[in-house]
Amino acid sequence: MTKRPALLTLALWLIPLAFLAYFFYQPLVAIFRLVFSERFSQGWDLFEWSQISKPLSFTFLQAFLSTILTLVVGLPAAWLFAKFDFPGRKGLRAISLLPFILPTVVVAAAFNTLIGPQGWINQALMALFNLSSPPLKLLNSLPAILLAHVFYNTSIIIRIVGSSWSRLNPRLEHAARMLGATPWQTFTTITLPLLLPSLLSASLLVFLFDFTSFGVVLMLGGPQFSTIEVEIYNQAMNRFNLPVAGLLSVIQLGITLLVTLLQNRVNTPRYGKAALNPERSALSRPHKRWQKAFVIFMVVSLILLFAVPVLSLITRSFVTLEADRGQRGEVAIGLTLRYYRELFQNRSGSIFYVPPIQAIRNSLLYSGVTILIAGLLGTLTAYAMARRARFNKFLEPLFMLPLGASAVTLGLGFLLIFNRPPWANSTFPLLIPIAHSLIALPFVVRTMLPAIRSIPESLREASRSLGANPLQVLLKVDLPILLRSLLVSLVFGFTISLGEFGASSFLSNPHAPTIPVAIYRYISQPGALNYGQALAMSSLLLLVCGLGSLLIEKIRLPGEELF
Amino acid sequence: MLEVLNLTKDYENKPLLKGVSFEVAKGELVCLLGSSGSGKSTILRIIAGLEEPESGAVLWQGEDLREVPTHKRGFGLMFQDYALFPHKTVAQNIAFGLQMQGLNEEEITRRVQAGLESIRMQSFADRPITELSGGEQQRVALARALAPSPYLLMLDEPLGALDHTLRTQLIQELRAILHQSQIPVIYVTHDREEAFGLADRLVILHDGVILQQGAPQELFEQPATPWVAEFLGLGNLVHGVVTQTNPLMIKTAFAELTMSNRSKQFNSGQECQILLRPEDALFGAQISAQDNQFECTVRDSLFMGEYHQLELLCGESTLFARSQTPADIGSRINVSWPAEKIRVFQDL
Repeated sequence: MTKRPALLTLALWLIPLAFLAYFFYQPLVAIFRLVFSERFSQGWDLFEWSQISKPLSFTFLQAFLSTILTLVVGLPAAWLFAKFDFPGRKGLRAISLLPFILPTVVVAAAFNTLIGPQGWINQALMALFNLSSPPLKLLNSLPAILLAHVFYNTSIIIRIVGSSWSRLNPRLEHAARMLGATPWQTFTTITLPLLLPSLLSASLLVFLFDFTSFGVVLMLGGPQFSTIEVEIYNQAMNRFNLPVAGLLSVIQLGITLLVTLLQNRVNTPRYGKAALNPERSALSRPHKRWQKAFVIFMVVSLILLFAVPVLSLITRSFVTLEADRGQRGEVAIGLTLRYYRELFQNRSGSIFYVPPIQAIRNSLLYSGVTILIAGLLGTLTAYAMARRARFNKFLEPLFMLPLGASAVTLGLGFLLIFNRPPWANSTFPLLIPIAHSLIALPFVVRTMLPAIRSIPESLREASRSLGANPLQVLLKVDLPILLRSLLVSLVFGFTISLGEFGASSFLSNPHAPTIPVAIYRYISQPGALNYGQALAMSSLLLLVCGLGSLLIEKIRLPGEELF
Repeated sequence: MLEVLNLTKDYENKPLLKGVSFEVAKGELVCLLGSSGSGKSTILRIIAGLEEPESGAVLWQGEDLREVPTHKRGFGLMFQDYALFPHKTVAQNIAFGLQMQGLNEEEITRRVQAGLESIRMQSFADRPITELSGGEQQRVALARALAPSPYLLMLDEPLGALDHTLRTQLIQELRAILHQSQIPVIYVTHDREEAFGLADRLVILHDGVILQQGAPQELFEQPATPWVAEFLGLGNLVHGVVTQTNPLMIKTAFAELTMSNRSKQFNSGQECQILLRPEDALFGAQISAQDNQFECTVRDSLFMGEYHQLELLCGESTLFARSQTPADIGSRINVSWPAEKIRVFQDL
């Protein structure tokens, strides 16, 4: 490959670079220009400091608290998976990874069915104590946000810290014990320092996700809690104050970039093979009494944390709990398929009303287009990156930046740039799959690149020497080897697109919402039917994402991680 | 000092140790010798308290250690892969055990210095572990295990990861350091050269039980079973059948051999194995009339320095013998093993 001219590499870069320049960097530049041109023409007075400082400090506060809480739950869980073998281990691990692929709106809806005013806990309390109104006001509170974030990100701690913990040479701990260290001293002097890089890296990643959290905060935090992301949305969509939204975006981008850089820095392995477990697995059955107690406690807690919200969502979508007006506390409980049936019915009432089936159709269409774009561009990019060319190290970071930019920022940028011909009005929704492609692109590249690199050049040379032309080599050698990874990235891109909320909330036409946008709309409107339909849609989305991740687990190559 | 009583341990539902007992006396270096997978390391881990046996006990000066956690036993263990702390320097690694004892800084510095001196690595004090070669890591691991003056030192294949030249050199060093320390040592290895080069006493482990234990010379002269003889590489093991009990005569595939019976009971027709050591073979004029002699074809003759190693084809069997003179390949030669030098094993 090295012999071939760099020209081919450049050609491979061409389309992805052009796409990225037009659809990612142009909107980004537009945001910067907006902010700084406003600043020069009108001075900083335009921006009220409190408009910035309030969401900024709250964003930091909730991200910080969420990260701490996630660590409190995630570290014992990481230890559980790294060290112990127990019945149901695989199943629990699969459940614990589920939240990561769940769309934010689904998570928000799930917690709504658990702790919301119409949720199970409040309904049960009302029935038990004969109350007329929901006693627990957990929805629209900080704890609700924190809870959802812990639910979301514990899987990151389990994956990153857990895997480096299980790879840690257990003999290092044994050696410390032999040298007279108590179990606690062993943990603080040996285990913790060796886990520190992965611990920091995982914590920063969790912090980043909490910091840029949009759907969860919007739907569970309510109007009084506004993170930067939510405030960007509010300023842009509700107050039409684009400069303030832009400034928030710039601040957001700066901070996420900083955290990402920091995260990459701490992520580099330090000790090489010296700290690695020479044996394949260090799992052991819990045999001491405290170990058994720990395993049981953790298994129960994790099931409660991960399965209960999901089950709550699914069951609630099949149940009517309508306390009839005037009859205090008299709750009529019934099983129903009505919410699901309603999804396919067209009840036009309001001008903004869109039948749910239309949203499903839109989402499927957008997701299809997304995987076409992201699959093609991602594969081209991965091929370009796999080639050894000097300019690659300058071009590669350009492609990972979309990972750091939030979907809301992307949405805002699109709004600024493309809300005019040739993109405006009718063609505007076409931008949704483009935005989704930008979000899915880094994941596709990350999945495809190792697979492409794994093809030895000698294989291609051998087939060329046997008379295959370049196209035949591509079809007969590369494609069969890459097929699994390609499928994984396509399925992953599909679920990302289906669940994406941030950018879609900016870009979707009021008459053509995506599934998450429709869920958000239904759940914020009063009435049992709206609520039920939101839950039914969320459950369907949950099902699709669950199947998607199952499929990914089945076809992905062992040892590949998606983040 | 240390007594290991009747240890049993299962591994993946199969018995790994089936009742292992041995003792280590004060200042003694005991070599636990066995092929890989025989459970040698597991015995060390049980003594260390890192694993629990299914049954049996470990006693230290008569006290059962069952309830004593690893860090309070005061034993040292050097791991096969050394398990040096990669986030600490050479000196910090050696200091770790001393810090755990709560010694003051001065004392720690002094003893780390002494440890570095004993392995002749004073200039390596502040090097990170990851920059050391295999031999250097091995020495640091030894110094780290010895620094807190453990009551008992256990070494798990300490030379296993090193190449042959380095090994022979380090055996010498190891012996000097261990003898100087006066600490009782259990040394686990599968390499008999290492074992013979170091041990005061050998313990041979096979298939979950101890086949034989004793001084190296004793094992060399009186291997208890054919497996021990083969594992120690003592010579030709030949299958035979007893044809006569007094004097004892055994018929092998190539000859009928007479041997002096030492108090064992034999029956006619009983199957057995005999050990013919290469160094006991006699040739030509060395053979006296009453010796067992038979004719073989010389297949190969190799000059080994102090002797010539002959590969002999006797009937269908191949035997190895040492000779002071070379032999022509393809020639016929008379060879003999004197009756009193042949060892007979009744168990097969």
